[in-house]
Amino acid sequence: MEHTSLLERILRGIALTLVVIFFMFPIVWIFMMSFQTNETILRIPPQLIFEPTLANYTALITGKLMTAAGTLDIAFMRNLGNSVFLSVTSVAVSLLLGVPAAYAFARHKFRGSEDIAFTLLSFKFAPALLVLLPLTLYFQKLGLANTYIGLIWVYQLICLPLILWIVRGYFEDIPADIEYAYRIGGHSWFATFRKIALPLAGPGIAAAGLLAFIFAWNNFVFALVLASADKQPVTVGALAFITSSGIQYGQISAAIVLSITPTLALALYAQRYLVEGLSLGAVKG
Amino acid sequence: MTAVVSQRPKPSGFRISKRVLPYVLSLPALLVCIGILIPFLTSVVYSFQRYRLSQPWARQFNWGDNYISFFTDPKFWNTLEVSLLYAGTTVVLELLLGLAIALLLQKRSTLNNFISIMLLMPLMTAPALAALMWKLMTNPGFGVLSYLASLIGLQDFRWASSPSTALFTVVLVDIWVYTPFIMILLLAGLRSLPTQPFEAAALDGVPRSFVFFRITLPMLTPYILTATLFRLLDSIQQFDIIYAMTQGGPGDTLTVFQVEAYLNFFQSTNVGRSAALMIILWAITYFLSNIFIKNWLRLRERARGQA
Repeated sequence: MEHTSLLERILRGIALTLVVIFFMFPIVWIFMMSFQTNETILRIPPQLIFEPTLANYTALITGKLMTAAGTLDIAFMRNLGNSVFLSVTSVAVSLLLGVPAAYAFARHKFRGSEDIAFTLLSFKFAPALLVLLPLTLYFQKLGLANTYIGLIWVYQLICLPLILWIVRGYFEDIPADIEYAYRIGGHSWFATFRKIALPLAGPGIAAAGLLAFIFAWNNFVFALVLASADKQPVTVGALAFITSSGIQYGQISAAIVLSITPTLALALYAQRYLVEGLSLGAVKG
Repeated sequence: MTAVVSQRPKPSGFRISKRVLPYVLSLPALLVCIGILIPFLTSVVYSFQRYRLSQPWARQFNWGDNYISFFTDPKFWNTLEVSLLYAGTTVVLELLLGLAIALLLQKRSTLNNFISIMLLMPLMTAPALAALMWKLMTNPGFGVLSYLASLIGLQDFRWASSPSTALFTVVLVDIWVYTPFIMILLLAGLRSLPTQPFEAAALDGVPRSFVFFRITLPMLTPYILTATLFRLLDSIQQFDIIYAMTQGGPGDTLTVFQVEAYLNFFQSTNVGRSAALMIILWAITYFLSNIFIKNWLRLRERARGQA
């Protein structure tokens, strides 16, 4: 296997270069566009060298967009705030609900436990709109339409199966004997759970939380269906922004950059756990 | 494990009966479960009704009419065809590309690890935002890809706004986002394979094509199957990329299941038809997810055995 010829190495190098260009180009290009004025963006052929400007970002952050026709209000920072709030709260709720359940599923094989675990798993694979469309009608009746509580509840569809199945695997990896020894010392199950199981499964819980955050942040369809403008996260907000602001391509690019940076940064930080999380614990990285 | 638990001495202090405990712990998750099952059952009911939001007075059960009318409805066949075409094309192309990249990066080296981490970035980009990025790049006025297309002689290449290239464009975005998913799973699979068979083959001077087709591929099959089914389940339900890019258009070129159901619900307010579409999609995904879960469980057992 080791005798690779020079030709092969060159071909491999070319192939890898093409792969990197294809996958990185859009991100780099949008990043560059976000530092350009509309005039340089609209120039043909596209410019690789330009004078960078922070105007797009200042417009987004101050929420005021100066155009020839006057000043436009941009609600993008609000979308960004919504994204942060919805993702963080959903993950927190999910951890609160999911970690004890994962522990129960891992430690006690009780009647119906597998059924519940698999039902939750199957939600991950069911079409989102199947649940969302009737839910819009229910939410209107319940007064949950366009509320953060309603959104956080449906976000459990994304976060809960992920947390349950990943954390369950981590709990199962802890030898039952360790917990047993601690309980013989006269400690209650809760003390055992808190002092032994939780710390040992800690890294797994953190990883599952990070992944759930990324998936919640990247979700589009839930908020598109259930939230109106003031509650929308960036994924939906950016789409509305494109239609409302028309030709402000620099600002749109800056908005996209701000929207994807948190997940990219978290992914880099958590990349060790990504394989496991993405395959719901089926493949270890 | 259960045996161990039942032998334990009685702990002191406040306690909940050990028979009840697991139920108590999983009750909140169970409640969320039920909260989601109710709208699901509602969907089933809706799918058997004539139900338009614009004509609430005419709401009544028509039993299978929504489903039966699909047989003679060219729009439904278009939805089915586009969905299958989209799912089939994206999964096959992503599998081939993902496998090729995984093989290129197989050897552990600083550069390879760095590239594989870089390639995760598209996957971590929200698909809806990825679609917007590509929309900007394929803008006919200033889009860099439109410019590049014109350089290679494709004047006035319309990307997602022309019916003949719309599917190609959204498939391209899907490939950009999700190929790294297959790549990263297969790379983990490749790197976890035992080395002995490869060493033996190298000693015997077995040709590399033989090694690939007779050793690598068969041993990688569970990973390939899991990754493929995972993607297939996702891809047949694709909504974000298509909706953000074209809203199902131009015309009804890209009205895949979820997009069509969404438009039926919110534009033509035909709840009955929308629900019936979702039930059919659910049946397809249910069938696929059963195959998937069997495979996934086997792989999960293996991964946990190694841990």
